Amino acid sequence: MMAEFHTLSALEIASLVAAKEASAMEVLDAHLAQIQNVDGSPGSIGGQSRAEPDKVHAFITLTASRARAHAAAVDVKIAAGEFAGTLAGVPVTIKDIFCVEGSPSTAGSRILANFTAPYTATPVARLEAAGAVVLGKVNLDEFTYGSSNESSAFQPATRNPWDTSRVPGGSSGGSAASVAALESPLSLGTDTAGSVRQPAAFCGVVGLKPTYGRVSRYGLIAFGSSLDCPGPVARTVADAALMLGVIAGPDPRDSTAALVPVPDYLSETKRGVAGMRIGLSPDYFRITYFDGSTGELVEESVGEEIKARVLDAARRLAKEGAEIVEGVPMPHTRYGIPTYFVISRVEAASNLHRYDGVKYGHRTPYAGGDLRAMYRKTRAEGFGPQPKLRILMGMYVSAAQYSEQYYNRALRVRSLIRRDFDLAFDAAGMYRLHTLLTPTTPTTAFKLGGVYGDSVLMQYADQLTVPSNHAGVPAISVPAGFDTDGLPIGIQFIATDFREDYLFRAGRAYELATASEAWRAKSPILGSAKD
Amino acid sequence: MTDEITPGLFNQLVDLAALELEPAEAEYLRGQLNNQLKAIRELASIPLDDSVPVTLHGVPYTPEISPPMRSDKWDPEPEPDRLLNAAPETEDGYLVVPEIPHEELS
Repeated sequence: MMAEFHTLSALEIASLVAAKEASAMEVLDAHLAQIQNVDGSPGSIGGQSRAEPDKVHAFITLTASRARAHAAAVDVKIAAGEFAGTLAGVPVTIKDIFCVEGSPSTAGSRILANFTAPYTATPVARLEAAGAVVLGKVNLDEFTYGSSNESSAFQPATRNPWDTSRVPGGSSGGSAASVAALESPLSLGTDTAGSVRQPAAFCGVVGLKPTYGRVSRYGLIAFGSSLDCPGPVARTVADAALMLGVIAGPDPRDSTAALVPVPDYLSETKRGVAGMRIGLSPDYFRITYFDGSTGELVEESVGEEIKARVLDAARRLAKEGAEIVEGVPMPHTRYGIPTYFVISRVEAASNLHRYDGVKYGHRTPYAGGDLRAMYRKTRAEGFGPQPKLRILMGMYVSAAQYSEQYYNRALRVRSLIRRDFDLAFDAAGMYRLHTLLTPTTPTTAFKLGGVYGDSVLMQYADQLTVPSNHAGVPAISVPAGFDTDGLPIGIQFIATDFREDYLFRAGRAYELATASEAWRAKSPILGSAKD
Repeated sequence: MTDEITPGLFNQLVDLAALELEPAEAEYLRGQLNNQLKAIRELASIPLDDSVPVTLHGVPYTPEISPPMRSDKWDPEPEPDRLLNAAPETEDGYLVVPEIPHEELS
């Protein structure tokens, strides 16, 4: 039995552990063995990007002894007949953008490579309080700035478990890959433009961006403070619902964590879609992007196989009693990326000013010069190209002489993006949607090195996910099979503020409607690198 | 909106950002910034009348869902050494930094 624990869902593990049919330690050992088998060397400063090309490399820091202590504590509680929490004995990986007390918390950056967090982020603390066993910290794009994981200063970067010559997506690539590769049933990621949903789609797992304010950001190393959302990565919708129920809710340490009650999301998953109105929008079946080589805006359809999966999902959900509403206009979708290029950069530049070699993190060993020289050298040495790009762009578009035409304009376009959702979800409006069904990504996972270096093209990987971040609304990506290259396809459901329950209902109904499909039985076969 | 980030402007930004860059890195970053700006310029084509407000957060924070302000009281860190231990250099509970430049304001 032990060898199979790593294939179980979080719900199954929690149930076995609570019933004393498995110990938290046995469950942990099975996952540590799987990590040993498939993960390879962890990401490190100075690590080789091409090392062990058939391994996943999800981890930066595996904290096995800490995990053993927590698993032992869970087992002691259960042996004493105490309730050990709704996630008792369930392993979880943590994107290395969250602080975990006593653990290195690197943000995938050289500038925090030596930083050990003195406190624990609220969502991590809530997971541990619910009995979850933290396995360690997983890789990401540097400071979350990317959609492929390749920008991490900790190499080798994470690879896609379904085809290790491909990227896992990003920035929560280590989270999605660790869950897809059966190293953990759950992971905690963050989503600023699609950073949970896009890697979830690329790796064939479930990824949820909750409503902004649903989950506390305390202890999250900040990128775009008006956009960042911690969210669950899981292999099933029910597991994501279970995890959201644990991490959601108000927090005195985050004034943006909204005072909204947390429903029993797990129960909601069982309610089905009968009577739900599910929308399709033509604006989510095409992308508009800027072609750097020609200087022109190009409009393209999303991949045919991806589009077909979305339409198939609509048909299946209609059979389950949902009403499909076609032709929902979301005309400002295409402006999500240019708007994001401005807003996220201003917020990133502001957040990155704290890294100065004074209070924590890297300080240049160069001893000459004054304080300003120390700042410049420390930041030049500590930041990779992606943080530098964001700082420079953020300073430019928010400068006094440019902010009206760029920053303020972007904030107003953000209102238009929000308005699209308000009109679609208005209960008294023309469309009255419970959820909008879309592709998660315009393509499936691309090759390592295929896009990295072109910061504009990379950003457009988020075109179908970023509007939800601007609007603050929740969205989930669920696996919907594979393309002809064997790469996972994700479909996305989007709902209005704090209606994650609609997403879980639709996602779970789709899982049930496809339960007998052959692709549901597939698992990544590791050791099959194609490069 | 035809601004381009020229080498001169770029150097000003680098200075404001408290960075210093190798020439090849500077050239790459400036090229990427100008490509991003071309993408950003799409914003200029969007009709915006004066009634469109700025949105700082997508989710409207109504009074019902907004946490109350914390009480205005001193809440000292119980173990300041835990925080100071993360600093590259400290002395007697103070952060140590290189000499702070002094400039005469004209």
